[in-house]
Amino acid sequence: MTLVAFSILFAAALGGYILNRMAADRIRKGGARLHSLSGFHGMYSALVVGLPGLFLLTIWLILQGPVSENLMMSGLPDGVLDGLDAGKIALIRSEITQIANGNVFGTPDPWKIEAAERLISLNAAGDRLMVVSVALLVLAGLVYARSRVSSEFRARHGVEAIILGLMVGCSGMAVVTTAGIVFSLIYESWAFFELIPLQDFLFGLNWEPQIAIRADQVAGAGAFGVIPVFLGTLVIMTVALVIAVPIGLFAAIYLNEFAAARTRNIVKPLLEILSGIPTIVYGFFAILTVAPFLREMAAGAGLTISPNTALAGGGVMAIMLIPFISSFTDDALAAVPQSLRDGSLALGATRGETMLKVLFPAAIPGIVGGVLLAVSRAIGETMIVVMAAGLIAKLTINPLDSVTTVTVQIVTLLIGDTEFDNPKTLAAFALGMLLFVITLGINILALRIVRKYRELYD
Amino acid sequence: MEDLRLMERVADTTRTKITARGVQVYYGEKHALKDVDVDILDKTVTAFIGPSGCGKSTFLRCLNRMNDTVASARVSGTILLDGEDIYDRGVDPVQLRARVGMVFQKPNPFPKSIYENVAYGPRIHGLTRSKAELDAIVEASLRKAALWNEVKDRLADTGTGLSGGQQQRLCIARAVATHPEVLLMDEPCSALDPIATAQVEELIDELRAHFSVVIVTHSMQQAARVSQRTAFFHLGNLVEYGETGQVFTNPKDPRTESYITGRIG
Repeated sequence: MTLVAFSILFAAALGGYILNRMAADRIRKGGARLHSLSGFHGMYSALVVGLPGLFLLTIWLILQGPVSENLMMSGLPDGVLDGLDAGKIALIRSEITQIANGNVFGTPDPWKIEAAERLISLNAAGDRLMVVSVALLVLAGLVYARSRVSSEFRARHGVEAIILGLMVGCSGMAVVTTAGIVFSLIYESWAFFELIPLQDFLFGLNWEPQIAIRADQVAGAGAFGVIPVFLGTLVIMTVALVIAVPIGLFAAIYLNEFAAARTRNIVKPLLEILSGIPTIVYGFFAILTVAPFLREMAAGAGLTISPNTALAGGGVMAIMLIPFISSFTDDALAAVPQSLRDGSLALGATRGETMLKVLFPAAIPGIVGGVLLAVSRAIGETMIVVMAAGLIAKLTINPLDSVTTVTVQIVTLLIGDTEFDNPKTLAAFALGMLLFVITLGINILALRIVRKYRELYD
Repeated sequence: MEDLRLMERVADTTRTKITARGVQVYYGEKHALKDVDVDILDKTVTAFIGPSGCGKSTFLRCLNRMNDTVASARVSGTILLDGEDIYDRGVDPVQLRARVGMVFQKPNPFPKSIYENVAYGPRIHGLTRSKAELDAIVEASLRKAALWNEVKDRLADTGTGLSGGQQQRLCIARAVATHPEVLLMDEPCSALDPIATAQVEELIDELRAHFSVVIVTHSMQQAARVSQRTAFFHLGNLVEYGETGQVFTNPKDPRTESYITGRIG
């Protein structure tokens, strides 16, 4: 039935296009001068017919299932739901839905089978109603659009206004979804902070969130101090940046100023390929290559280090960040006007002096912006640290020790047994909120710096 | 042209500073400069004139080897500075550029303070031993560039905040600070208004006392106003070279006459 509805919609839009176009052509043949080309008259009709129909169909498809299920539930025989809690009722509802879909397990009660039959007929009626309403709507659209055709009608303006509305809708969609995500973060974090005081979360030195959800589980006592987790993120981020920033900077300086054109044409794409590698592949690399290598190195030096070190995770994250930093630095250096380069060279400065004393200082704001964006990527990076860093939150800044990060903790809190009225699960949202606020702050700072720098040369 | 008193424009010296013989420049396949012979005199302003794309800027950039920074450029022939071949293997282009300074078409002060802009050259070449000496060079250079009185109270301000004409004089001061023997100017007034142009032209005449100046210009009036000797380039050839007065009032080549009277270019 859905297919039928879509076919009607499509056929009507096409028909509207042809109808209006022909009508406009007739007016033109009659000698009158049209305001808009006949193609616009056709397009206007197609949009006026198609868009409301498409909108109605989408809403209908989203709502029909729940609405007919609700109707079915309210039509159940009296007394069968008496004394049941919300969870049990939901279970019965999904059982009946399953039966209606043909998935029958065991021998259900006769009243359930009856209800399932009712649901099937409700759905069939809904489908028929859907086709009829779509057909009526597109018919109304066709008649309306056809009635507008005249030599003065500004179909071109109409089409542009409708397309403009579509574009506004699309950009609004992005904003609305972002706002929705932020709202759900705030909502769940709020629930968490009603269970655990804010100051315990922000300033607590212990992180043991794996508390029992069922009575028979052996689990931690529950402590939600974010400081050790946050410290772990900081340690890994620092390791990553200490490695990535100098390498990225020097790579960019070499490629931008010293490398021959042929070298640059080969190396730059290679560096950019690095940034296209999925982070989970970096994760493999971290646990299978870097971590054992570090362990052997340490063993050779007579040290024992933990199998998951901040150094391994941070080091591999650095490899991920190098192309990011180097491409930002390269852009910043390339944006310094050639005239400054010439001016310095003409005074007898070497290329090195020109880089160090003129180009680099002029590019600093852009470079700082790039590094800050790299910082927020390092803080938010998940896959590498899930695989390479540890799970236990330790209050340490030793890069050879195992640390955990905010993102790793969010992952571990949300897998396995979860329950949404439990601080263990809600803690993930509080951590997400914290992460969101920090990266948002860093990104705003970075964008401000980058923008300020753009104004300097344009 | 009579009011420019062209016939009085004679060089004070006949000592040759730069000798160019058979200079050819190619940009990739394009033959940009064809077999140019020129003698540039010391303590003289020499103007290169000619229509766009005639090779005058290309030749100017040969004199301090700035063409080295253009990957596709190839230069052949000999250019002697005080009898020494500047394209010799033993010559470091970096040191050559300290001796042959350059001022560009568009003012290009570094995004640093006025003081640091002028001190840049002396610092990288280690010309001074103390802060006092550096201060003295900065002041002397700014005075030579006729900018000292305008900026002496705000040496710490950024050079890019000056007006266009001031920026160009700052660039001249910056070039003067390395004590060059030759100063090359590539259309130094084309981005300036008439008043700033007049100031820079006056300055060029004063700078002639210290070293030889080579100026590329689109404006024949400017060449006539500031130079003692003029070279006319056309389509990569050096067509005519001589005393400015002679080139402008009694050109030997018909192409020069056509250009000066406005028939070509």
